[in-house]
Amino acid sequence: MSHPVLKGLIVPGLPHPLLTPEANPGYGRLRDAFEKARKEIAASDADVLIVYSTMWPSIIGHQIQARPEPEWVHVDELFHDLGSIPYKFRMDTELAKELRDCAEARALTARTIDYEGFPIDTGSVVALKMLNPNNELPAVILSSNVYSDRSETVVLGKSVVDALKAQNKKAVVVVVMTLSNRLFTKFIKPEEDRIHSDKDDEWNRKVLEFLGEGRLEDVAQLSREIHKQIRIPKVVNFKSMWWLSAVMGAHNDYAGEVLAYEALHGTGGAVVSLTPSVSKVGDKEYDEGDVEVFGGERSVLGSVETPAVSKAKATPASATTTTSTTQVERAGAASVHEVPAGEPGGALRTNAAPKPVGAYPHARRVGDLLYLSGVGPRQAADDSIPGGPIHDKQGNKLDYDIYLQTKAVIGNVKSVLEASGSTLENVLDVTVFLVDMDRDFEGFNRAYTEAFQGVGAARTTIAVRALPTPIAVEFKVLAAAGTATVG
Amino acid sequence: MTEGRIVAGALAPHPPHLIYAENPPQNEPTAECGWEGLRWGYERMRADVAATKPDVLIVHSPHWQTYVGTHLLGVPHFKSLSVDPIFPNLFRYSYEMNVDVELAEAIHDEAVDAGLEMKMMRNPDFRVDYGTIVSCHLTRPAWDLPIVSISSNRSASYYGVEVMQEMAAALGNATRKAVEKLGKRAALLSSSSLSHRHFTSESEIPEDMSMEHVSSHALYLWDMQMIDMIKKGQTRQMIDIMPEFITQSISEMDAGSFAWLMAAMEYPEEPGEVYAYGTVIGTGNAVAGWYPKGALAR
Repeated sequence: MSHPVLKGLIVPGLPHPLLTPEANPGYGRLRDAFEKARKEIAASDADVLIVYSTMWPSIIGHQIQARPEPEWVHVDELFHDLGSIPYKFRMDTELAKELRDCAEARALTARTIDYEGFPIDTGSVVALKMLNPNNELPAVILSSNVYSDRSETVVLGKSVVDALKAQNKKAVVVVVMTLSNRLFTKFIKPEEDRIHSDKDDEWNRKVLEFLGEGRLEDVAQLSREIHKQIRIPKVVNFKSMWWLSAVMGAHNDYAGEVLAYEALHGTGGAVVSLTPSVSKVGDKEYDEGDVEVFGGERSVLGSVETPAVSKAKATPASATTTTSTTQVERAGAASVHEVPAGEPGGALRTNAAPKPVGAYPHARRVGDLLYLSGVGPRQAADDSIPGGPIHDKQGNKLDYDIYLQTKAVIGNVKSVLEASGSTLENVLDVTVFLVDMDRDFEGFNRAYTEAFQGVGAARTTIAVRALPTPIAVEFKVLAAAGTATVG
Repeated sequence: MTEGRIVAGALAPHPPHLIYAENPPQNEPTAECGWEGLRWGYERMRADVAATKPDVLIVHSPHWQTYVGTHLLGVPHFKSLSVDPIFPNLFRYSYEMNVDVELAEAIHDEAVDAGLEMKMMRNPDFRVDYGTIVSCHLTRPAWDLPIVSISSNRSASYYGVEVMQEMAAALGNATRKAVEKLGKRAALLSSSSLSHRHFTSESEIPEDMSMEHVSSHALYLWDMQMIDMIKKGQTRQMIDIMPEFITQSISEMDAGSFAWLMAAMEYPEEPGEVYAYGTVIGTGNAVAGWYPKGALAR
C-alpha cells in the first residue's frame, strides 16, 4: 500500500477557541481554522485520527489511549474559569493495541490505557472536540514521553506507520502543540492577547513559513534550535515535529497551508495542514540519522528482561541476556554504546555501523562470545562504499580499490565491537569473503595486516561469486565479549 | 476565636505507590506490600501531626501546575475519581473532601496584597490533582479535616529558581498571616520528593521491592545532603543551595512547595524530624516534620 498517512495537522491545545471563541477575534479565527481542518479530514479517505499530544506527558514509556469510549467532564487546570468540557470519544482500540505491539517491536516501552476516568489532557480534548465533534472517525491518542529524545520520538513515529500498515488503515495525524509557549504570567483580558514578544512572533512566523512551504523535515531538524529560542522549559520539550515528520515519511514534499496563526494568552497557536505532494522543495541535506530501532536506556531497573522480550515472547528472564552497556547512563548510552536491549537472545544493534540489509542484528552475544553478522565496507552515514562499488546499477563493472574497501570493513568491525563493549584486540576468528581472489588478495592482505598484526586471530579466506551489495570483501567475525579474558 | 498558628509543617511526598501499597478502600487497585519504610515513616508523621490537633491541612502541590498565577481551590466540597496520569495502573482513587474556602480566600487576599498573581478556582467540575490527594491521604487518611490546596506557580520555568523562591516565600508569609488572622490551627504539607529522576520502565509487579533503588549514587548523595541539613535545622542554607539541588537532582522542588513551607514556618532552626527516607521508582523521598515550640507534646 502507499504511505498510510494522508494528512498531517498541527493544532493548538489551549481551550480558548473551543470555549470562548467570541472573546477575541483571533480565537474566532482559530476556531474557523479548526473547522476548515475538520472539513479536510471529512473529505479525506482516512479510517482513523491519530493524536500526538504534547500536553499529555508520560514517564513510563509511551502511553496510548485504548478505552473504547472514554467519557468525562474535563476542566483545564489553568483556564478552569473558561468552563467545563464534557466529552465522549470513540477510540480505535485495536489500532491502539497494534501500535503498542509495533512500538515494542522497535524496542520502545509502550502501554495501552483503558481506565474509567483516566484524565485525557486538555489538548487532546480540544483537538477531538473541534476536529471530530461527532466521532465520525475513531481516534488514537499518544502521550509525549518526558524523557524521550529525537531518536526515540522518531522510532515512535515509525511504529505508527507500522501499525497502520499492519491493519491496512489510512490516517490523518494530529499534533497538539504550541509554537512559542511563553504565556503571560499575569491574567490578561482576552482583547489584550498578543504573542508574548516580537522575538517569539518572528520565530513563529519563520517556522510557519517553512511549514507553509511543506518543509516539515526541515522544521523537524531545527527542533532543538526552535526549542532554545522560543520555548520555556515546561514538562515536554519541542519534540512533536520529530514525531510528525517520522510518521509522514521524513521529507519536505508536502502541500502546506497555514490556516490560522494567533495568540493564545501570549503563546503562538497555529492550525497547519500538511498534505503529501509531488515535490515543491525536494530533498535536502539530512544531517541527523534515520533511526529504526530505539537504542537508549530503558532497562534502568537492572532487570535482564526487557519489555519487548517479556511481552512478545514471554521468555524467562534467565534465558535472555542484556549486556551491561544497556545500563549505563542515558548520555553515555546515546553517544558511545548504542546497543539496545530490545531484541531477544543478546541481539545487538548500533547506529555506528551500516544498517543491516535483512532481518539480522549487527551482532549477537552468547555467554562470553560475540558473533558478528557479515560486515562489509558500506558506511553508516550515507551508505557509500570507500574505494568505490564494484559495479554500477546496471551491472557494469567498475574499477575499485580493495585496500580502501578492506580498511572500511575493518572500521565497521571495530564500530560493532566497540558498541558491543569489546575491541578489535578481542577478535578470535575471521572468515574473509573475496569476490576476486586473484585481483584482490594482496591489497586486502595489506590492509588486514596493518590492523590485525599482533591480534593473533585465526583467519580463513574464501573466494565467492558475489556478495549482496556491490562490494568486493566481507568479514565474518567471532570475538570475545568485552568482559571476557582473551589469552 | 483561638490563637491562630501553624502547628506543624511536613515534607509530605506524594508517590501514589504509597497509597497503592496501603490498600485503602478508596483505591481500586490492590497491592501485596511495598515501600514499607516510607509508609511506616508516614504513620509516625501522621501521629505527630494529629497530636498537634490541627483543624485544617494546607497543601502546596507540584501536580497542580499553573503557569499564570497561583490558584487555590474555592469550592467547599469535592467528590470524584482521581486516576494518576502516569501510573493509572496503581492509582484510581475515589476521593471526597471538604475545602476550607474561607481560609483559602484569606490566603488569596494576603498574597494579592503581597503583590502575587492569584486566582480562586470556582469550577465545581474541577478534578483535584493527585499530589494534593496523596499527601493529604497519607497525612490524614480519615479525611476528617478540611483542606486548602494551593497550586504551584511555575515561575521557575519562566524566571529561574531564585525568583520562584522569592515568590514562594511571599506566598508562605501570606499563608501564615491568613492562618493567624482566622485563628486556625494549620498543618502545612509540602507535597514534594527530593531527587526526582524516575525509572523509565516499570517492573511487572510495581511493588516488587527487589527492583527499587535510587536512580543514581549522585542523586543519593544529594538526598543525604538535604536530609542532613533538615536534621541540623539548616533550613535557610537549604534554600540557599536549592537552585543547585534542583538542577543537579532534577528535583520537583522547583514547584516551590518547600520554599513556601519554610517561609511560612519562618525558617525553623530546630532540627527537623526525619521519619523516613526511601525511593519510589527511582526518585528520592523523605518524610519529615517541623513543629513550632509547644505545638507537639510527646
